Formats: sequence, structure tokens, C-alpha cells
Amino acid sequence: MTDYNEELDCSGLNCPLPILKTKKAVDKLESGQILKMVSTDPGSCNDVEAWSNRTKNQLLESGKEGDKYVFYIEKK
Amino acid sequence: MSENVPKKMALIASKGTLDWAYPPFILASTAAAMDMEVKIFFTFFGLPLLKKNLKTAVSPLGNPAMPMKMPFGPKFFQNISWPIPNLVTSNVPGFESVATGLMKQTFKKKGVATIEELRDMCVEFDVELIGCQMTMDVFGFEKEDFIDGVNIGGAATFLEFAADADITLFV
Repeated sequence: MTDYNEELDCSGLNCPLPILKTKKAVDKLESGQILKMVSTDPGSCNDVEAWSNRTKNQLLESGKEGDKYVFYIEKK
Repeated sequence: MSENVPKKMALIASKGTLDWAYPPFILASTAAAMDMEVKIFFTFFGLPLLKKNLKTAVSPLGNPAMPMKMPFGPKFFQNISWPIPNLVTSNVPGFESVATGLMKQTFKKKGVATIEELRDMCVEFDVELIGCQMTMDVFGFEKEDFIDGVNIGGAATFLEFAADADITLFV
């Protein structure tokens, strides 16, 4: 279990909303702070990874909790 | 912000129906969220997507691959693709409004953003929206018909940016 500074719930949202909301949430963080993002969209697994590769905000950890996907992202 | 020069994406949005309005706004908002610099050139039937009051619709007529599905009822019922003949889609008054309503409801149920939401995101993420001057003249649009922040230009305006773009798509 990773510690985090903010949590964003994207449950029920479909592409591209989880990515757009993640970007907005990460923008509000300070460098080094961590966002926990939760989604139900299976597409967000690949999308969050792609987004993090491109923006260099690091995807520290991802996994499944029940029927939800959970991502921990550290702002660059 | 990245030290490198940001990637650039240049899109042309040439169609204004509900189904064709999605790709440019989805790609543009997501690319901007991925720190790319994005410009969309709205031309021909894509130009009304810049209007303050959006009225996007979708027609099953001429869209033979469009599944006609119901946004309510049990799952097996929702998965049925209703075979509706062209005779009905083209002749029954109001059929297009029904199809548009059903598609919007399905999108909402599945958590898909509306066109307005995606367009607002584009504006918030500094996507540059360019209206085609020639199309404005042809169809009688004024700059005041469009949302704030729209720039007006022509083919050369788009091409100057597109010449250095990493991604260029015509939608």
C-alpha cells in the first residue's frame, strides 16, 4: 500500500475522461506528490501507462482492487 | 514541463454529426493532456462544432454499420442490434431525433463525456480552435456565433502549423 497525497475516483467514466481528470489532478500537485486514481474502465490500464510514459509523471504502482483498477502516480 | 520541444498534433475536423464530432475532440483533449501542442482546423460541416449552442445529431441513414441499440432494459436486450430498414430510417418523421436521443443516452450510461464537456476540456488545455473563414462565408457564420477564443484562418494558417506537426489527421 503506497502512501498518497490526493485521491481521484474515476469510477464509471469512460475514455478519455479518466486520463483528462488525472491530468487535471496531477497538475494541482507539487512535484514529488502522489495521486491515487481509481477507475473501472479496463482501457485505462494501458492508457494511464501511455500517459505516464509521455508526460514523465511516474506510474509507481498499479493493480486491481476488487472490480476497480488503482493507479499511484508521482508528479514529476 | 518537459525540457524537450513538445510534440505537435494538427487535426482537421470536417464533419459535424454526433458520431464524427467525437474523434477530434477526444484526440485533441487527450493529446493536450499528454503535453502536446494541438490545433484543430474546423472546416465545412465540422465548423458548426464551434458554435456556442451545439446541436449535434446522428443519422442511421447512410451509416449502415451503425448499431441501433436500446439504452435500457436487461443486458441481452441492450445488446440486440435492431435491424431497421432504410425505408424506416429515411421516411419515418423524427427517426433521426430518436436515434440521436438513444445514442446520447447510451453514451451517458457508459460514462462517455458529452461533446460539450470534451470541447470545454480542449479550451481549458489550450487547444487552439481555428474556424475556416471560407466556410464561414459560404454558410453564413459570424465569429460571434462561436465560443470565445476561436481563431479564424484559412488553409495556409493550418498548413503552417501542420508542416511541423508530428501527428496530422483529417477527420
